[in-house]
Amino acid sequence: MEKLSFRHTTRTALPGTRASAITGVVASGNLEVLLERNLAPDACHVEIDTAIKGYAEVWAAVVADFVARRQPGGLTITINDGGARPDTVSLRLAQGARLMELP
Amino acid sequence: MRDKMPLDTLLASLFPAGHAVTVADGLISGEGPLTDGRLAVIGIDGDTALGLEGACFLAGCVLDVVRAGGGRPILVLIDSDSQRMSRRDELLGLNEYLAHLAKALLLADAQGHPTIGLLYGHSAAGAFIATALATRVLAALPGAHPSVMDLPSVARVTKLPLETLQDMARSTSVFAPGLDNMVQTGAVQATLDPGKPLGPQIAALIADSPAVDTRDALGRERGGRPLAHDIAAQVVREAQVVRGAQDRVMREAPGA
Amino acid sequence: MDWKPVALSAESRDQSWYEASARARLAGLLDVDTFQEFIGPEQRQMSPHLPLFALPRAFDDGMIVGRGRLDGRDVLAAAQEGRFMGGAFGEIHGAKLVGLLRAALAVKPAAVLILFDTGGVRLQEANAGETAIAEIMRAITQVRAAGIPVIGLIGGRAGCYGGGGLIAGTCAHLVISEGGRLSVSGPEVIETNKGAEEFDSRDRALVWRTMGGKHRRLLGAADAFVADTIGAFREAALAAIPEAPSFDLATLEAEQARLEARLERFGDTRDATEIWGRLGVNDPAAVPSLTTEGFDALLDSLPEGSHHAR
Repeated sequence: MEKLSFRHTTRTALPGTRASAITGVVASGNLEVLLERNLAPDACHVEIDTAIKGYAEVWAAVVADFVARRQPGGLTITINDGGARPDTVSLRLAQGARLMELP
Repeated sequence: MRDKMPLDTLLASLFPAGHAVTVADGLISGEGPLTDGRLAVIGIDGDTALGLEGACFLAGCVLDVVRAGGGRPILVLIDSDSQRMSRRDELLGLNEYLAHLAKALLLADAQGHPTIGLLYGHSAAGAFIATALATRVLAALPGAHPSVMDLPSVARVTKLPLETLQDMARSTSVFAPGLDNMVQTGAVQATLDPGKPLGPQIAALIADSPAVDTRDALGRERGGRPLAHDIAAQVVREAQVVRGAQDRVMREAPGA
Repeated sequence: MDWKPVALSAESRDQSWYEASARARLAGLLDVDTFQEFIGPEQRQMSPHLPLFALPRAFDDGMIVGRGRLDGRDVLAAAQEGRFMGGAFGEIHGAKLVGLLRAALAVKPAAVLILFDTGGVRLQEANAGETAIAEIMRAITQVRAAGIPVIGLIGGRAGCYGGGGLIAGTCAHLVISEGGRLSVSGPEVIETNKGAEEFDSRDRALVWRTMGGKHRRLLGAADAFVADTIGAFREAALAAIPEAPSFDLATLEAEQARLEARLERFGDTRDATEIWGRLGVNDPAAVPSLTTEGFDALLDSLPEGSHHAR
């Protein structure tokens, strides 16, 4: 198992007031994403626990891309990964962000 | 590893004045004297697998005791294999038969017939759940060998080398077969002394048996299940807290 | 199989039960927005044992428990996520369900609903899982003895195997769909132990004839057969509440008689089609391809009663 941690600063907070959301499932090729609105509005922390070692750079890129596009300020995002491909990771992060914007 | 106590020896130690317990096709039934009353006995001998007919027969014996009333305790002696693995057993609904036996034992206990399990040999998986684990208090004799699944099979299913599993089993009691591990987990409450008469030891177990299911508390005390007890207790606490409508469930994305 | 199109809305009750996640099943089964989770994923109560095996963990250990409403009535509900570790029982997973059942004795809901999706005991935590299953079975009988129906719903991709099958057998009422399977030993385990002659695990039709929802309903191992939609399970769960038998000597005596009669009547059969034929089904070979409507019509035409003491 490998633990990764990324800290980002955003220009804005993610809209919405929802305290938390969860999406995905821990299974082969899949991942579970827990989102919590518990940080300063310009902070985003992403914590990953993954079964597949050696992809830190890929994770860094996927996370950075997501943060830049969605500006998820205020969120702690915690991931349990079962070996998902980058596009699945991006999908789950996007789904999660959408959930956190719901009333 | 110590040898299991033969059933004859066990029964002689339990009932030195004689008994009316018989074995047929690996199924034990009957009764004998205990302190000032009688003790009903059911069980499985000879490392026999538990299938439809066996479960049906043993459940019938238990229900006979309940129907008669009077609070007669029931001793469940176990030296079994796992559930019988066959197409026929599953076709005819083995899960119902095994559950029915467990329910009969649980009903008996709830209706004033203390149930005591005594594991003296092997037991595994579904047979273990339907018999030994369905009693109010489960004891074992040294030489007993309970398991969920044997390690070579675990190795095959998990695709881990057997040596690796054996190594891991040294640092945790949570997965490997063996009596000590089941004691640590809280599933087996006590180990009896084969050097002393069994009758008084069984009587003492009945007298001291807890009214509620304390296996998770034992598991925490002994270290085999460090978290189960507190998790269950926390669920009970949270269920009794009234929450506002705003405090809603975590939403989930479609297609997740 | 009776395929249903996937609906656009996650909460739509037309959605496939088989395809849905545990959370989606709970959300659709219960009254809208009434589910409140106990020990939710944000509490991160994860398995203490999986890291030893270098296996990823789930925030809820694959078991979601909580309260909600079913047609306005308070219920407690538990759902297994069959895609995480095969929905198998580990220490935390099992303890959450044990706690829910003990909670039922305190809060006295109208029913406890268990949404099964499990391969049985989680091997990496075998002793904890096995003991939890025994604790669950004992707790279910206590909840039932207190007059609270415990209803099992079976229709997920992991089925309801092993210790899960035994727990299901302690429930007062079982609802099953075509995709659901209910058994103790699984096809692969039987084949590994007894050979492919005894059970060819790759023969899917054999698996479904032996362990699948239609056979279980016809045999009387399950009480209600439903279409593969969340709405169908919801209706059946509601209908089950007043039907659930009490946990007492009379019920178990009736079950003893039922199980003995089954052995008498079908003990010499080799395949489910023989059983169905003896039950009065005119064309047993056609049963697997019947739609839900067709199967319901078949059930109506048979002389068997729909109440099974359990």
